[in-house]
Amino acid sequence: MKADPAGVLTGVHYLDGDFACGEGAMAAGCRFVAGYPITPSTEVVERISRRFPMMGGTFIQMEDELASMAAVVGAAWTGTKSMTVTSGPGFSLMMENIGLGAMMETPCVVVNVQRGGPSTGLPTMAGQADMMQARWGSHGDYEPIALSPRSPQEAFDFTIDAFNLAEQYRVPVFVMMDECVGHMTEKVVIPPAEEIEIVPRKLTEKPPGEYLPYQNNGNKVPEFARAGDGYRFHTTGLTHDERGYPEMSEECQEKNVSRLLEKIRGSADKITRFVENETDGADVVVLSYGITARVARMGIDLARKKGVKVGEIRLEVVWPFPEKRIRELSKKVKAFVVPEINYGQMVLEVERCAAGRAGAILVPHAGGGVHDPESISSAILGAVK
Amino acid sequence: MSTTTQSLHTNVDASEHPIAPFLRMDRMPHIWCPTCGIGTIVKCFASALEQTKVDLDKTSIVSGIGCTGRVAGYMKLDAFHTTHGRAIPFATGLKLGRPELLVTVFSGDGDLSGIGGNHLIHAARRNIDILCILVNNFIYGMTGGQNAPTTPVSARSSTMPYGNFEHPFNLVHLAASCGAPYVARWTCLHIRRLTKTFAEALTRKGFRFIEVIAPCSTLYARLNKLGSGLDLMRFYHDNAEIKHGADTREAEIGFQDRILCGKFVDIEKPTFTELMHEHYTKTLGDRFVPMKPEGGWIHE
Amino acid sequence: MKYWRKPLDLDQVKIPKGDVYVVVERCKGCGFCVEYCPKDVLVLSEEFNRKGYHPPKVVKHGECVNCNLCEMICPDFAIFSLPSEAPAEPPKPADAEREAHLEG
Repeated sequence: MKADPAGVLTGVHYLDGDFACGEGAMAAGCRFVAGYPITPSTEVVERISRRFPMMGGTFIQMEDELASMAAVVGAAWTGTKSMTVTSGPGFSLMMENIGLGAMMETPCVVVNVQRGGPSTGLPTMAGQADMMQARWGSHGDYEPIALSPRSPQEAFDFTIDAFNLAEQYRVPVFVMMDECVGHMTEKVVIPPAEEIEIVPRKLTEKPPGEYLPYQNNGNKVPEFARAGDGYRFHTTGLTHDERGYPEMSEECQEKNVSRLLEKIRGSADKITRFVENETDGADVVVLSYGITARVARMGIDLARKKGVKVGEIRLEVVWPFPEKRIRELSKKVKAFVVPEINYGQMVLEVERCAAGRAGAILVPHAGGGVHDPESISSAILGAVK
Repeated sequence: MSTTTQSLHTNVDASEHPIAPFLRMDRMPHIWCPTCGIGTIVKCFASALEQTKVDLDKTSIVSGIGCTGRVAGYMKLDAFHTTHGRAIPFATGLKLGRPELLVTVFSGDGDLSGIGGNHLIHAARRNIDILCILVNNFIYGMTGGQNAPTTPVSARSSTMPYGNFEHPFNLVHLAASCGAPYVARWTCLHIRRLTKTFAEALTRKGFRFIEVIAPCSTLYARLNKLGSGLDLMRFYHDNAEIKHGADTREAEIGFQDRILCGKFVDIEKPTFTELMHEHYTKTLGDRFVPMKPEGGWIHE
Repeated sequence: MKYWRKPLDLDQVKIPKGDVYVVVERCKGCGFCVEYCPKDVLVLSEEFNRKGYHPPKVVKHGECVNCNLCEMICPDFAIFSLPSEAPAEPPKPADAEREAHLEG
């Protein structure tokens, strides 16, 4: 359906990534945000707290991130699209209830504006070291979805995408920004509401009595019922059967968990999204995401000037990782160069998928800034030798 | 039916029990131990729901983890069995996401005042409109009898094998001092007064906090050689003192000491949502668009 | 009932009469109902239910006043009382087939 105009600030704006992300949430129909202040993400909720009262939204600053995530999951069960916003240390705190959201199959969005880590790290400076945490942060087997915007415009667009994916797959979806994109001010074009396509919360059409909260409906995504509509359903973080009742058995665990994973893995081709250019006949492919993708562009240009055939893959959806395409490319290229603002996270995925057929060369950066394009181009040149 | 005929343990079907409409009969019998008091409290709550005739479709129940945390799983309402200690913020999200819901948190002392302590004090401070039923059995029962924030001094538990030396919470005092507008405590022996308190609380608004002392036979009573739950009930009978309106500072519970019961706080106070609406109307005037009672669900 | 002063309207007051119904297989023999019945109508029987507990039985016939205390205090939802005159339809007896699955 089309976006609710009350939340869409149509026009051409000069916004920073955090504000753009907040605008994206409001455009997508988010009407509940529970958050806790943490640099560099706070501006998202500051923006939302300012605009929500005009559009029937409720913002509450909870006492900590644990409560924020719990409230987000709770609010999602009323049919309201809900979101929270944090950075590294808060992300760690939220993991418990992200797991709850994954197990209860609750659509919700968590924005992580990454900063230097570990622990308190560099609160006001960029990092990209939470990427693996987004995938594996909570305990147990589950498959989340994560996107990585590289500009305020993408922060707006990808936040809307995140909400749409959350609704389609009933899973927590992460928007993995970083402080650089969050605090960078650029032109953001917000189209009119009629041009924004959003996926509304779809409710079951079965009557109470017939409805089962976790019935596998062919596509493995169960139908949703709102609290207060008379369905009297039960949901739990314990391993449960189709009725949502806890069942402690191997069979139930297998059925429950495998469906959670298959729900995403089976549709990975539809979910993964990346921008590819000049990979045909390339010797080296640079794989990057977020702010690093913009720096990598410069590194690639420098290398191309030196005559190297460099292709580029820019990840938009980071999780699920585009395994298929990387496997294919690994048969044709010499190496992948993966610059990231960490000491090696997504490069591990590349290496895993390349399976020795092509090199996976990391260009690390400890955090606190972005790469020097020279470091990327010299890694590319080094890869070709 | 003859007035002299009395059923001699007539074996009646479970569905005939008056509580049946409120229970998930397909999950009976429940897991609680013999002489555990939680079932009694659930019956009193169900009776209160019946008496007040609240719309059960709009009533949600949220529990955390623990023995009392299993209550959500047995009641036939929209039920949420959430993570340890997070029932209150989860309930906050539910209530704020769909303001017309009647949200009840039903969880244990370890869950709500231990790991969930921070959420308890903030929800009371903000006066979030939820009914909070805290079952206090002075121990972490489900996990095997560990020391809880409410375990009285000198009581034994599996992690305080030589007796507890930590000072416990006085939960009614905690809730009252954080601003809860309705604070009461009963033991699960006080079935009629408890039911009346539940019914009264269901018609009030704001953060209503009801502490219910319950016997834990398998852990608390056994580890402290107090007999069974029945012996603990006898103890409540002899040592519970009813003092409505008492100063909550007097309500501390020592080991096998008097238990002060009653309704301690019952005041009118604007809820979080009321304060929010009032404030935004004042500062934003016509621009303010409150969330509808049906909630923030956007649909075609 | 012993009165220290006989109430003036004693002949007009109608004392309710109740029948006690027990869901035998649910009982866990906790003894709450026996202990707290105000008319001491119940004792734990000698019989066992499937789980090995002694469910309650009525020993003081005609004394139950349908106060529902047993119903309220039972933690296992295993006992309740109904007014003696009331139900046109008596409560359903326990389902033997359904009970069989409780075993083991």
